[in-house]
Amino acid sequence: MNAFVELTDVSKKYGGAIALQPTDLDFARGKTTVLIGPSGCGKSTLLRLVIRLLDPDTGTIRFDGAAITPANISDLRRRIGYVIQDGGLFPHLTARKNILLMATHLKWPAEKMNQRLSELCTLTRFPESALGRYPLELSGGQRQRISLMRALMLSPELLLLDEPLGALDPLVRAALQKDLKEIFARLNQTAILVTHDLAEAAYLGDEIVLMGEGRVAQRGTLNDLRTRPASTFVTEFINAQRSLVAL
Amino acid sequence: MNADAASRSGGLSRDCGTEGLKRAVWKAPLLGLLITLVLSQPSLCSPDTVLIGSKKFTESYVLAEIAKRSLENAGLTTEHRAGMGGTIILWQALKGDQISVYPEYTGTIAEEILKSPEIDLAAMREELAKSGVGMTGELGFNNTYALVMRRAAAEQKAIRTISDLRSHPELKFGLTHEFLDRHDGWRPLTEKYQLAPPNLIGIDHGLGYAALGNGSIDVKDAYSTDAKVGENDLVVLEDDLQFFPQYKAVFLYRLSLPANAVAVLRGLEGQFDAKRMIRLNAEAERTKNYARAAALFFPDAGATASSSAGESFPDKLRRWTLRHLELAGLSLLLSILVGVPLGIAASRGGIIGQIILGITSAVQTIPSLALLALLVPLPFFGISVRTAIAALFLYGLLPIVRNTATGLQDIAHPLRESAVALGLEPSARLRKVYLPMASRSILGGIKTSAVINIGTATLAALIGAGGLGEPILSGLNLNDHITILQGAIPAAILALLVQWSFDLLDRLLIPKGLRL
Repeated sequence: MNAFVELTDVSKKYGGAIALQPTDLDFARGKTTVLIGPSGCGKSTLLRLVIRLLDPDTGTIRFDGAAITPANISDLRRRIGYVIQDGGLFPHLTARKNILLMATHLKWPAEKMNQRLSELCTLTRFPESALGRYPLELSGGQRQRISLMRALMLSPELLLLDEPLGALDPLVRAALQKDLKEIFARLNQTAILVTHDLAEAAYLGDEIVLMGEGRVAQRGTLNDLRTRPASTFVTEFINAQRSLVAL
Repeated sequence: MNADAASRSGGLSRDCGTEGLKRAVWKAPLLGLLITLVLSQPSLCSPDTVLIGSKKFTESYVLAEIAKRSLENAGLTTEHRAGMGGTIILWQALKGDQISVYPEYTGTIAEEILKSPEIDLAAMREELAKSGVGMTGELGFNNTYALVMRRAAAEQKAIRTISDLRSHPELKFGLTHEFLDRHDGWRPLTEKYQLAPPNLIGIDHGLGYAALGNGSIDVKDAYSTDAKVGENDLVVLEDDLQFFPQYKAVFLYRLSLPANAVAVLRGLEGQFDAKRMIRLNAEAERTKNYARAAALFFPDAGATASSSAGESFPDKLRRWTLRHLELAGLSLLLSILVGVPLGIAASRGGIIGQIILGITSAVQTIPSLALLALLVPLPFFGISVRTAIAALFLYGLLPIVRNTATGLQDIAHPLRESAVALGLEPSARLRKVYLPMASRSILGGIKTSAVINIGTATLAALIGAGGLGEPILSGLNLNDHITILQGAIPAAILALLVQWSFDLLDRLLIPKGLRL
């Protein structure tokens, strides 16, 4: 098994509320895995545990074979890209400076930075001429493209996306879904994407992990979930989404 | 009332003039220019200089000027730190060897300094010597407390003595804060005379005369050599129960003072009677020039004008303004250097954050004169520019600490997490992301702080640290509006300039992306 990220017995509580039950889960190299489920099912918590924005209460998370610890997380984060809903861009920096923030901090030579920036603009279909704008001067879709470029700048081995398209209108969303799929394929990117939209999950994910109430309900393809549901919850979730699409 | 009443009241009431100015100045500040100006300021004086202190009222100024002139005539170098506030500050400064001489009154020495009202002169001298302080013989006049009324009002109600006040509960009393608090002041007086007036307010000495003049108050404390008693057609109510102690003027000096200097001071013993002192006080208030009034004391009056007497208004204005900027600028710089890191620490919340915000808030509630009085006895501070800067620094902390903390706490959680997730280490997060994002709030705090400092810096004059508070205090003391305006108007202009400078600074320092 070629697991790139591996969770063993990982759990998390917020105060008394259980966000994630003790969970074992692995994510394959070069694949896009989608975490899906209703609000509060633990999918975002899981993602934030991987990049250590949260510390797990129990268990270990291994990244490329090595356990993630507070000591090595700073270095590991530079090998992980993280995109959140609405981009999380810093308003005081231009699009360019947002993207280059980490590379500048690591003192990359200017030439290397500019070259990488050009590649990313092409990859994400962002006009280079608009790089001087501030986040407030960009549309929601543009902000997500910048956020994606920022996450990809250091060529991370793992890309984490937490509802990256959640705040976009349907047309922009559809365009970005298409672009994301192409980018993941082109880069052979290992990615974990959180969404609550089953169509998006099916379109982008090589594999879907459906979560409910802090645990994994079932993993597999959309077809697996549909034809061989592991529980009534899985069926209900699929049907709920289907009826929404039917509307 | 004794001369001291004038001094301390002016301080504790924080001076109407000063408060007014503070309000006028409540829009302002800048930084780079201030620092440049500050660094260009020359130091004060050589170690051989005899430093003479005086309290914040006319007679003390005049006596100090006379001492200065006499010492200079004997070939000594002197400097007069005029109007350093009240008894406590002057006494601490003398004890701490920060000044060498100042004029004082025997009653004040007994009551306020030694706290033994019944002490005789010989014992007093002995007690003072324990603090390394000597006392000259009496200068010749008794400046005791008195209660005064408008002559017309007193005659109409047939009030001649303090006892007569008992049968007139309708009278309004306006008393200085020092007189209200003194051990030999208002409370024991009411006990002795069985007075219980229902209408009583505390008011600054200089303003009290104006209030008496326009009928806002009927009875006021004064002192027997006060020039205003004659000028304003007031009557001194007879102390028929002999309540007020003797307030004979003397000079207090460091025992370490050279013998020739002591001899000069002792040469002034017995040279003043009450009439002469009233005339000198009146001259000082009429001409607004203490040095000139002091010159009247000398037979060769006018032959050698004292240095400060010859200073032109533009020169004085320049000196006041530069010092004012020095005080406000240096203290602001310190407030920033200390306040921003404290604000960063406070922004993390928890007990440490609570403690930091708690302490800086508590400092803000200490009245400024009280803070000055607390700092003056400390070894490093004393009567100096340092003390004023330290006090202003403390007052400037809260807005900077609070705004820094709030600005950082207000950064949205997802943005904080984005900075963490990027892999920036904590110091880089702070420097490259959090502080720039909080810059508007932090600069707002610095601006508030600078405004407070420019306003509060007027109080530095109370401990002789100069600045635009100098003309304001002396104008208040002389009840001379022109002199007050000489400080207040430049301060207001300064405030506007500083305000504009800060608006410019905002454009430079707040990232454009935050101003969209």
